[in-house]
Amino acid sequence: MEVQALVPRMRDICGAGNVITDPLELRTYECDGLTAHRSVPALVVLPSSAGEVAAVVTECARARVPFVARGSGTGLSGGAMPHSGGVLIVMSRMRKVLEIDPVSRRAVIEPGVTNLSVSKAAAPFGLFYAPDPSSQVVCSVGGNVAENSGGAHCLKHGFTVHHVTGLEIVTPSGELTWLGDGTGVTTGYDLLGAFTGSEGTLGIVTKIVVKLLPLPEVVHTLLAAYATTSDGGRAVSDIIAAGIVPAAIEMMDALSITAAEAAVQCNYPAGAGAVLIVELDGPAAEVEAELATVLTLCEAAGATEIRAADDPADRAVIWAGRKSAFAAVGRISPSFIVQDGVVPRTSLGAVLATIAALADEAGVRVANVFHAGDGNLHPLVLYNDASPGETLAAEELSGKILDACLEQGGSITGEHGVGVDKSRYMPKMFNADDLDTMQLVRCAFDPAHLCNPGKIFPTPRLCGEVPGHRRAGLPAVGHPAVAAGQAEIF
Amino acid sequence: MNSERALVLEVRSALTAACSSLRDGDPADAVGGLTPSFVASPASTQEAAALLRAAASSGLAVVPRGAGTGLGWGLPPSACDLVVDLSAMDQVIEHAAGDLVARVQAGATVGHVASVLATAGQELALDVPADATVGGVVATGTAGPRRLRYGSPRDLLIGVTAVRADGVAAHAGGKVVKNVAGYDIGKLLAGSQGTLALITEATFRLHPLPDAVAYVTAEFGPAQRGAAAVALQSAAGSTLVPSAVELDWPPGSPQSQRALRVGVLLEGTSSGVAERAMQMSELLASAGGSPAVAVAEAVPPRWGQLPSPSTVIRVTFWVGRLAGVLDALAAAGAGAGVRPAVTGSAGAGALYACLDPGTEHDTAVRFVQALRERLDSGASGGPPASVGPRGSVVVLAAPAPVMAAAGAYGVYGSVPGAALMRAIKDQFDPDHRMFPGRLAAI
Repeated sequence: MEVQALVPRMRDICGAGNVITDPLELRTYECDGLTAHRSVPALVVLPSSAGEVAAVVTECARARVPFVARGSGTGLSGGAMPHSGGVLIVMSRMRKVLEIDPVSRRAVIEPGVTNLSVSKAAAPFGLFYAPDPSSQVVCSVGGNVAENSGGAHCLKHGFTVHHVTGLEIVTPSGELTWLGDGTGVTTGYDLLGAFTGSEGTLGIVTKIVVKLLPLPEVVHTLLAAYATTSDGGRAVSDIIAAGIVPAAIEMMDALSITAAEAAVQCNYPAGAGAVLIVELDGPAAEVEAELATVLTLCEAAGATEIRAADDPADRAVIWAGRKSAFAAVGRISPSFIVQDGVVPRTSLGAVLATIAALADEAGVRVANVFHAGDGNLHPLVLYNDASPGETLAAEELSGKILDACLEQGGSITGEHGVGVDKSRYMPKMFNADDLDTMQLVRCAFDPAHLCNPGKIFPTPRLCGEVPGHRRAGLPAVGHPAVAAGQAEIF
Repeated sequence: MNSERALVLEVRSALTAACSSLRDGDPADAVGGLTPSFVASPASTQEAAALLRAAASSGLAVVPRGAGTGLGWGLPPSACDLVVDLSAMDQVIEHAAGDLVARVQAGATVGHVASVLATAGQELALDVPADATVGGVVATGTAGPRRLRYGSPRDLLIGVTAVRADGVAAHAGGKVVKNVAGYDIGKLLAGSQGTLALITEATFRLHPLPDAVAYVTAEFGPAQRGAAAVALQSAAGSTLVPSAVELDWPPGSPQSQRALRVGVLLEGTSSGVAERAMQMSELLASAGGSPAVAVAEAVPPRWGQLPSPSTVIRVTFWVGRLAGVLDALAAAGAGAGVRPAVTGSAGAGALYACLDPGTEHDTAVRFVQALRERLDSGASGGPPASVGPRGSVVVLAAPAPVMAAAGAYGVYGSVPGAALMRAIKDQFDPDHRMFPGRLAAI
């Protein structure tokens, strides 16, 4: 009811054509990349500027209507799943690259800009944007900020949070403010760091300043085939122990190779139990030396075949199988769950063995694709959604895989986020005090609890009244800067 | 008087019950001129939590202390009842070498941690003083020259345990590098100067120690400031992947103008570093200005160190604006009649202007104000206001009258997100008892 009352005002703000009320059209937005969770929004708006976003949020805050921001809708944890009684704010019309400053190595972009198009815009200056989630052709950088997205190359280059130096946001009360100033040096509290990866629960991003890196002088990609994933795992450990930090180290097991083969004919070595992809980038003088070491270590670990590529076309062939892996699994199973657990790298072998045992026990097939360099596993749990029994078994197994990750001191999510999907696992990783402390941040940003509610935390914290500045102890001495009216003191 | 004494006794016994190592503060424990009533050295997170619960029920102002190396910086506390000394929590709890991760207690010194990690050929890639504690380094957000490549403590911190003002112990993050579960409280605590919570443990991402290093230096004459700026920019953006790109611009004297020394650190394999050092030398020379270029394995003088000044002003900026920033520093110095020593990570957009301890307070204030005006006005190529602030001039350390007159913060406008920062402080520490007064926002 209340939401419908907002429609005229939303049309004023965004233009009539950018407010969606038609029930059929609204259904288009009922889920993001995690299709298992759906909820039709009451209203969808498509603002075209920071000012419009601020006005939309202000209206929502005033009417106490929840709102959810959505980028390209590729998220895998339901972070952009709409609120059935709320407004979905779709950022896809805000897709301008506003500025490239090649000497500062910064780009200023709108949140709807897709990940890959930042690198495309930067390429003429010899620069690129490092975070590269597999969905980079379509996913938006605004969504990347919300999820603190990683990608295959974050092993060396870091995650989104390491590459964002400034954000213009609309706060949950509708105010426009900057977090960070683009320099990469923090003044005051690091709100930029706390905001990045907060899954859309602390506000909506309207401009983003990102770091650009010089395109590496050379890139070498190796593909090594092994009889088993544990042989491949040994190569990974040996490479890390040699003090080499490759740009990426990825592994796929036999089942995911079969799937990729069926989907994109990647022509990986026949009969391989595992393939390892190692990419080295950097100055030619360093990479040549590293390449020799990596080749030796890969062979010593028992590689049955090694292929090397140093030109973009050949590299793309090696990467094709890996990058298509999630979708490819659709060729060998009607449905599948993409899991996203993390373990310490040295526990990879143990956890893979546990997953295999759990899968056998449950009679469920699991294809493994993972970022071996940083212990981020993406087990693909295969099932037939036409069978309720299989669906249940797959979900159960998926949860047990997370338990196995936590037992090794790992995490329930490395890059896909908690969203709506994993909030129930949060208490397994964090105790009540930990969760309460995190929610202090939420209370500071969104005391009314309207911004993407129901995500991350299994139970919301009541924010309550914020006490004013008071101190019960010994009398405080006023600071001269405060007395002079020049500073407010924390 | 008697009732006051009774209160002190009561507070002391509550604190002692929580933390057995409690003692009375003495003048050597003073922070910003305030001698604490008590000093406690908890031996564990649990003990620290009990201590802060006791402090909360007595409404005490709490000042966390590591080695004390950074305590004199920033604003002095407005109250200081209890100093929590972390020196009893000084252990490396776990070094998972195969995972390139280490979990350490907050009171462990950087030097001790480095010696443990070095046994496995690894390091915590922060260039900070060996006698500082890791808790202090995280709390102050201290970063040295290699921030260009590795970032600051917030970038290497992957897990944290901290005790809130109300005595609740909490952890965030974990011991895996890749982890997006929950809010990143570590980012918030890094650089929070002890004003939100007491950090008791930290888990870091490590890096392998490089096989070889080379420092490439280029000295530009006083008239070649523009060329030096170009050299710094080209080095920082080069595909040779420098770990640090520093500027050392000493104050000189009225008789002799000062030269500008550009320093570039390369890390890697021995053959790779040798080759890259040669290429970097050519790159620095190609900026013009006929610099004297040299390559050495030894650390250049003053590398990553600030002189012992009375006033330290941090200037941050987008690197494309470097020449304008150097011009502004020179002009503000000339206008105020002062010669600052300028040093820092020019290639990463952070410089420190340091004033001699003999500098008159009025002169220091005039220098800060002139610097802000020049950078603010766009006279040095500043950006249009519509794109947000793009740097700051922050007084990190100064005699109290200078700090009061100049204001600690002067961003081009204001600190971005200041209202949200105040809300965070109110949530974490509603009574404002954690290092009260330390952080200022205009």
